[in-house]
Amino acid sequence: MSVFILIALIVLVLAVIYQIGRASEFASLLRGEEKVQAGTNRLMAWSMLLMFPLGMWAIYACHQALIGKMLPVSASVQGEGYDSMMYVTLIMTGIVFIITQGLLCWFAFRYQSTPNRKAYFYAHNNRLEILWTTVPALAMAVLVIIGLRHWFNITSEAPADSQIVEVVGKQFNWIIRYPGKDGVLGKRNFQLINNENNVLGLDTNDRQNLDDIILENGEVHVIVNRPIKFIIGSRDVIHDVGLPHFRYKMDAVPGITTTLWFTPKYTTAQMKEITGNPDFVYEIACDQMCGKGHYSMRGTIIVETAEEHAAWLAKQQPYLKGGQAPAPAPSAADTAAVPAATPAPVQTITKL
Amino acid sequence: MNQDVAAVQGPNVAHTHHGDDTGHHHEHHEQHFIWKYIFSMDHKIIAKQFLITGILWAIIGALFSVFFRLQLGFPNETFPIMETFLGKWAQGGKLTPEGYYALVTMHGTILIFFVLTAGLSGTFANFLIPLQIGARDMASPFMNMLSYWFFLAASIVMFASLFIQTGPASGGWTAYPPLSAIKEANLGSGTGMDLWLISLTLFVVSTLLGGLNYISTILNMRTKGMTMTRMPLTIWALLFTAVIGLLSFPVLVSGFVLLIFDRHFGTSFYLSELFVGGKALPYVGGSAILYQHLFWFLGHPEVYIIMLPGMGITSEVLSNHSRKPIFGYFAMIISLIGITVLSFLVWAHHMFVTGMSPFLGSVFVLMTLLIAVPSSVKVFNWLTTIWRGNIRFTVPMMFALGFVSMFISGGLTGIWLGNSVIDMHVHDTYFVIAHFHIVMGVSAFFGMFAGIYHWYPKMFGRFMNNTLGYIHFFGTFIGAYLIFWPMHYEGLAGMPRRYYDYSAWESFKHFEGLNVFISVVVILTFIVQLVFVLNFFVSIWYGRRVTTMNPWNSPTLEWTTPIRPGHGNWPGEVPTVYRWAYDYKDDGHGNDFVPQTTPIQPGEEVH
Repeated sequence: MSVFILIALIVLVLAVIYQIGRASEFASLLRGEEKVQAGTNRLMAWSMLLMFPLGMWAIYACHQALIGKMLPVSASVQGEGYDSMMYVTLIMTGIVFIITQGLLCWFAFRYQSTPNRKAYFYAHNNRLEILWTTVPALAMAVLVIIGLRHWFNITSEAPADSQIVEVVGKQFNWIIRYPGKDGVLGKRNFQLINNENNVLGLDTNDRQNLDDIILENGEVHVIVNRPIKFIIGSRDVIHDVGLPHFRYKMDAVPGITTTLWFTPKYTTAQMKEITGNPDFVYEIACDQMCGKGHYSMRGTIIVETAEEHAAWLAKQQPYLKGGQAPAPAPSAADTAAVPAATPAPVQTITKL
Repeated sequence: MNQDVAAVQGPNVAHTHHGDDTGHHHEHHEQHFIWKYIFSMDHKIIAKQFLITGILWAIIGALFSVFFRLQLGFPNETFPIMETFLGKWAQGGKLTPEGYYALVTMHGTILIFFVLTAGLSGTFANFLIPLQIGARDMASPFMNMLSYWFFLAASIVMFASLFIQTGPASGGWTAYPPLSAIKEANLGSGTGMDLWLISLTLFVVSTLLGGLNYISTILNMRTKGMTMTRMPLTIWALLFTAVIGLLSFPVLVSGFVLLIFDRHFGTSFYLSELFVGGKALPYVGGSAILYQHLFWFLGHPEVYIIMLPGMGITSEVLSNHSRKPIFGYFAMIISLIGITVLSFLVWAHHMFVTGMSPFLGSVFVLMTLLIAVPSSVKVFNWLTTIWRGNIRFTVPMMFALGFVSMFISGGLTGIWLGNSVIDMHVHDTYFVIAHFHIVMGVSAFFGMFAGIYHWYPKMFGRFMNNTLGYIHFFGTFIGAYLIFWPMHYEGLAGMPRRYYDYSAWESFKHFEGLNVFISVVVILTFIVQLVFVLNFFVSIWYGRRVTTMNPWNSPTLEWTTPIRPGHGNWPGEVPTVYRWAYDYKDDGHGNDFVPQTTPIQPGEEVH
């Protein structure tokens, strides 16, 4: 019932607006069309003029209302490149914005039709065209150069001493895998995945898998001030590892491995102080539409000191039970590569 | 260039070129309603068919956005009206996540393809090309009719998909596989996705039939004296729009064909190593990124398919209502060419975060920022066009000025997004939503509205109501800025798009109040659009009558036709053109413009 009342109300409002429109049309016929048109023209010219200060005030008010809700300082070293690039672009586009919108409003007001005005026949001027082709081109060149310098910086190879963590998306959460003591992630095979005891399809014939740790709660633990490299994959559809606080984003594409790396600057505890928010947490937001639960596909990153990290790591158990390979699946026969029952300790342990 | 006067008398003589220029009168006897309005081959009627179908789709698409904004603004409330419209997708007045994603997907698909492609260039290419170049109809009126009917078929299939049990496609308007390919992954990836693919393929057929017609008509059927460089910029813009569509839409279909094969015939073009619905799927070796390349090879030029007609219309309207020639006519054409060429070289800027090679990314950064150059040339030329003009603030002029404002605002944020290092952070956030809604949503709509208000007198022989037009303009202009400006902030704060609910997120939940504000403005702005719809339809029958042939004092050819032109446009001979389309100067008789049909006077300087 309320639905019909609502619709009836909208129809009524529209009918009233329409009648006002009709009435003004008749009124203008009575008062003399030319006179009314001249009046309307003046009104519109003034409103174009007012639009500029009003708009600028609205932009200021919007900025004041929202600036407190923006992200804190970049939590990664590399994200500072984004922040500075953003400010450079903001200043350049901001200047153009104010000038062009200002000219638009001013010209509209200044050159409103009056009985005596004659438009100035001005069809072309090649020097002006060259001016406003080259100036934007140069400005763009500057932005491209600065931008690409940052771009190649953030997409370069991760340093050799980076921590490694694998982040795998599935509908609708993140599975995190650590390389364990050997510092190497073992092979995965999507055909070995099952939701009971092998969520990532670890290849049990690969000894490097034996010490790998898997967290199904989407929690990534990383050490502050040490580069961290994300190895990103997906089990089903395309997801995206979105890290707003670190200014990073990378798709998780099934069948393809993508990577990103950065150096976290502040521990979670430090960030709680910076933001003044005791509940602060670094969040991983899925940024690629992945189905009905897309909006709830949340992970977290705990940035901590090396000691905290070591303490946490000591409590973790390898995912494959007892550090032992289950009986190798007969179909996945690659037994020749496994010489002994007890795996020799691998010497590539990183300084975890 | 001789005019084919017999072309409109029947489909079988559409290709005869007998050079009969004597101009016999077209005394059409009154046609039956069905042949005159339904299966019409008159380009003017087909234009109106496109326009009215587009308006109906726009209402549906906008209503969908109102519904999902209700969810975003008020995630804890229930709205019985949603259940009335959406049924089980909003059980008890609360939108389900599946319903939300279906609405978002359909909103994008409808607005981009059905409204801003078919509704915009379908309307104005059909209406303006023959009238402004001096042709009696399109090169092939029959193909033109088919173009509309394929569009209608596409519309019917898409509309039908809204009512099937598993719902319409709901994987986003971009329909990325594997989400769109595996029906277990997403409710909307079942029959809804098939209908979506069929509908859009029909739509592409419609676009190609139309585009071929527009190009061949412009190239071959201009009246005597109408050289290419005397054409109005609307025609140039529509020409390049058609060229872009012709070159890019087929690539989209090829992408769709592969997707259909993956969906139904077991191929692995886009699929590899998937574990969905509790089991590993047999697909190996495909690349999900391949689809994105094929999609955006259309997807980005599509943005310019949407923008160029609005640019052309704005050039025409700004010049006419400033009583001043368009500034830099040739620069405008060259910048259109620049945009057309570059539009094919920027597609992968949608894919900076897919793990694509950073070097490849850098090439696309360069190309993307380059496209800002022709765009800024256009803006400065528009500003110089109104400079020292004699401006009449008619409703179309207001919308054209609004177009320029919106195009600046949305274009400038494109410079942010085109730079991959910034995109790395704001990709798929509300910043992107704000950017593309302002630049190709709102400003394309402003171009369309400017065109509708400007050529309405030619379409229907009546004016739309001015007061309602001004209400429509201010409501839309202010509303659009209030909706989309704050979204930039949400995006810079990292707030992802396509989320059903933000309340569980520590990083995004504090925008709750802003989301309420935006949703309320959306509802108000939607109602303002209904004022336009009302104005449009009522004015067809009750609007103020046009009493003079050339109400806007425009030099272009369409205003040399009778107030209500019949099929064939000119009752007598098609007029000959002697000058360019922007001769806004003293004609020596107290007028401030010289029609294109006036011969050059002795001693007159030719542009």
